[in-house]
Amino acid sequence: MEWSEYLKPLSQGAWITIQLTVYSTIVGAICSFAFGIGKLSTNWAIKGFSIAYIEIFRGTSLLVQLFWLYFALPIAGDAIGIDLRLPPVAAGVLALGLNIGAYGAEVVRGAIQSVRYSQYEAAKALNFSPRQALWRIALPQAIPEMMPAFGNLAVQNLKDTALASLISLGDLAFVAERIRNFTQDSTTVYTMILFMYFGMALVIAGLMHLLERAVGRWRRVGH
Amino acid sequence: MTEPIIKFDKVVKKYGTHVVLDELDFDVKPGEKVTIIGPSGSGKSTVLRILMTLEEISSGVIHVDGEPLWHEERNGTLKPASEAHLKKMRAKLGMVFQQFNLFPHMSVMRNITEAPINVLKLPKAEARDRAEQLLKMVGLTEHAHKFPSQLSGGQQQRVGIARALAMRPKIMLFDEPTSALDPELVGEVLNVIGSLAAEHDLTMLLVTHEMRFAREVSDRICFFDRGKVKEQGTPEQIFSNPKEARTREFLKAVLEG
Repeated sequence: MEWSEYLKPLSQGAWITIQLTVYSTIVGAICSFAFGIGKLSTNWAIKGFSIAYIEIFRGTSLLVQLFWLYFALPIAGDAIGIDLRLPPVAAGVLALGLNIGAYGAEVVRGAIQSVRYSQYEAAKALNFSPRQALWRIALPQAIPEMMPAFGNLAVQNLKDTALASLISLGDLAFVAERIRNFTQDSTTVYTMILFMYFGMALVIAGLMHLLERAVGRWRRVGH
Repeated sequence: MTEPIIKFDKVVKKYGTHVVLDELDFDVKPGEKVTIIGPSGSGKSTVLRILMTLEEISSGVIHVDGEPLWHEERNGTLKPASEAHLKKMRAKLGMVFQQFNLFPHMSVMRNITEAPINVLKLPKAEARDRAEQLLKMVGLTEHAHKFPSQLSGGQQQRVGIARALAMRPKIMLFDEPTSALDPELVGEVLNVIGSLAAEHDLTMLLVTHEMRFAREVSDRICFFDRGKVKEQGTPEQIFSNPKEARTREFLKAVLEG
């Protein structure tokens, strides 16, 4: 087989990888904000739940989380009589998203805490409620702070999708492995996916850079 | 005699064992312009921060505009104030900060209109009209679309004043409004505060080291020392004929420094 013949199956795999990355990054972003803000809550139940989520998903391996959601959860569901079988895509998106969200939540928390206390005092003096102060004053200043770390996490997430091949998801790594088994042409196949992952990572880095510019426009004027 | 609009009654403020306000009694009449002077650590900024509800008191009672600030009357006794009560009381006060504390991610216009629109629920057009008037008053009409980082310190502080006034407070608190400014920018901010001092209804409480300015605009000067009012009187009395040795010492140090 010629290397060009690998292109079609590999690009099909790449398309799965892209979808996995996009969906799990969205899930991750939602988790990041929900639990990052939750960790700063004065409500102990919300705070406790957020801390538990962050520590559990940061403190266990992604591979184990993936296997747990895909293999163990259905069995646990069986035991209590609920059908918790997840399609591979759902299990992959969920595991990746929850995992990256736990790291993202710490980024969100740190960025919110880096907003100067005097900003909250000014907000209070103008009679904003704590909720308004968070959404209108603190978060818009914190989000540009988060962007470089978010960029790292998004690229990390892309590379982590390769683990999803282990629950028989037909992503780029999975397809590559299949071709390799078939042809024994390891060098060509692995070199090709190396460049494909790298290309996708560059696109993500570029997109995150644009996003960073968009949310931080006010930081660049007048300096 | 008119009732005071601000009344401190044996107010104590402590940080741990450090006493900042020591059974402070202190009154301000409606419309009065009062300047608080005193050495650092005398509790003068703390008075303003407590009034703006940025700091709690340790004991005592404060009345603002006839109502207890940090307490609520329930069944004839004073209980600690609820957030709803504090919110109502805060609406009576506006504050200008030493470091301006503008919102860096908002234009000048939005800095001024954000609270009137979202807190007072004013229609946007009305909030903008009001902001334009205020910007005219502080001489920054041309700068409405700019971000704070594009302005000089003096301009930022004038926005800070306009932002506080946009909430139509009865009482304005100025916490060392010119202390963070380069000397050549102090004048423009004092001019604005001076023109406000001419407004009859507005009660003003000013903490400053600008003694000449304090003398010009104040009805009364209070000299704070160790958490108490050591001496107070008209600017004439305090600056020309201070009775207390501590006041004389302080003024000598400040005016010669």
